[in-house]
Amino acid sequence: MTATTTRRPPTGPAAAPARRRGAWSLRIPAGLGLAFIVLPLLALLLRTDWADLTTHLSAPVVGQSLRLSAVTTSATMVLVWLLGTPLAWLLARSESRLTAWARALVTVPLVLPPVVGGVALLLAWGRRGVLGGPLEAWFGITVPFTTVAVVMAELFVALPFYVVAVEGAMRGLDRRYDQVAATLGAGPLRTFLTVVVPMVLPGIAAGSALAWARALGEFGATITFAGSFPGRTQTAPLGVYAALEQDPQAAIALSVVMLTISVVVLGALRTRWLR
Amino acid sequence: MNGSAGRRAAALALLPALALAGCAAGEDSAGEPAETLTLTVLAAASLTDVLEPVADGFEGDHPGVDVELSFAASSTVVQQVNEGAGADVVALAGEASLEPLAAEHRHGDVVLFATNQLEIAVPVDNTAGIEDLDDLTGSDLTVVACAEQVPCGQAAATLLEEQGLDVQIASYEPDVRATLTKVELGEADAGLVYRTDVTSAEDRVAGVEIPAERNVVNRYPAVAVSEQELAQDFVDDLLSDTVQRTLTDAGFGAAPTDP
Repeated sequence: MTATTTRRPPTGPAAAPARRRGAWSLRIPAGLGLAFIVLPLLALLLRTDWADLTTHLSAPVVGQSLRLSAVTTSATMVLVWLLGTPLAWLLARSESRLTAWARALVTVPLVLPPVVGGVALLLAWGRRGVLGGPLEAWFGITVPFTTVAVVMAELFVALPFYVVAVEGAMRGLDRRYDQVAATLGAGPLRTFLTVVVPMVLPGIAAGSALAWARALGEFGATITFAGSFPGRTQTAPLGVYAALEQDPQAAIALSVVMLTISVVVLGALRTRWLR
Repeated sequence: MNGSAGRRAAALALLPALALAGCAAGEDSAGEPAETLTLTVLAAASLTDVLEPVADGFEGDHPGVDVELSFAASSTVVQQVNEGAGADVVALAGEASLEPLAAEHRHGDVVLFATNQLEIAVPVDNTAGIEDLDDLTGSDLTVVACAEQVPCGQAAATLLEEQGLDVQIASYEPDVRATLTKVELGEADAGLVYRTDVTSAEDRVAGVEIPAERNVVNRYPAVAVSEQELAQDFVDDLLSDTVQRTLTDAGFGAAPTDP
């Protein structure tokens, strides 16, 4: 890889220094890129009041918002598995043109600014929304400003991460396994549950971790669609935002907790991917 | 499959290019001729509409000066300046929010240039039939207010406490504009915002006035936060007749005379 950056072909005595120069010309920008990401994270750790960390972690905003995040992301993950696994399977196996469109649509929330997702959710499920309007008029159910709205916002942004990961794993699956299962008399649902799902478990694990981390970090769609109320809709990221203006050390302590969780999740994924 | 993967890769490769194009365009507009002087004003969200004409007027009186406005919650504005945001003037929605502003950033005296008071914003059709402050206590109502970290939230909390009203708040919004938006979209039955916000929303929301004797009045301070001479000029100009007229037209109270 280093040789391709040198103009001269790497032959003869000049080859070694040329390769070296090439290496440095890559290492410097690469190092800057790495530093750009690592420095803010270090700054967070440097500005943390470690001596009083436990005091700051006991601030009401920290416990309350972490608890709510634990509850909502757990609910989100159950929905991600229930809806995302069949969706990934259909996307992986269907060859119709509609599937290609569906696949593209599923990935939209990956690139959509989360606040736009929040506006879209509000226009769909809000009290005046396309679906939320009838829901309120007929059943008296109001979605915004509720914990359910938080789960919906998290599901909206997290589901694509799971579907993309699991679909990739399912597409790499040898078709003969489920064909054999079918010839042995297993119906499509049984084949799916007993043959397909067990074989793509690594993909499911990786997709789940990514989706969960995304749900945990969700901010823009939540504050737009669910609002911010301690204990009901104020999740950990919203808690950081609220605390930043009143109790910055509590905000930093909460940030450190979230950074730790993110690193642990990615660390777990890393061993899976490097296997 | 390869074809679609290739297309996807191409689309992904385009994204950074688009982002770079965006940056380049930004640089162009910032790298204008050197004789233009930029005055950066960070202001409270409730000043969003009224400061535009004020800035235009100031630019008209000072050729070659470009006033840049940025709006956020008052507490955010102060934090930005304390963390070293290159601002020249701050204008906030309450005196209390000025307190955390570090002394090294204060260049000149604080000028109180306007007052504002709370009003109840309701959706135009006012489905919940809210007609005065006491109607907010209904348990089946969705009422939104500003977070207590920002002046409109402090004012709302003070108001509800002084009046002894037990109002269930559905959401504490990050700033007054976000609060207004929830009402405008009909997601909230009522929101506690400033009178000026109801005025600026024109016919998109309706207002229910709170009588003066029950209301809370916020005084708006402004201060120069850079040594830039024009910054002080801008602050002083807020007390001029022209600006005061613009402010009262927008529903603000006149600059308080007692310090």
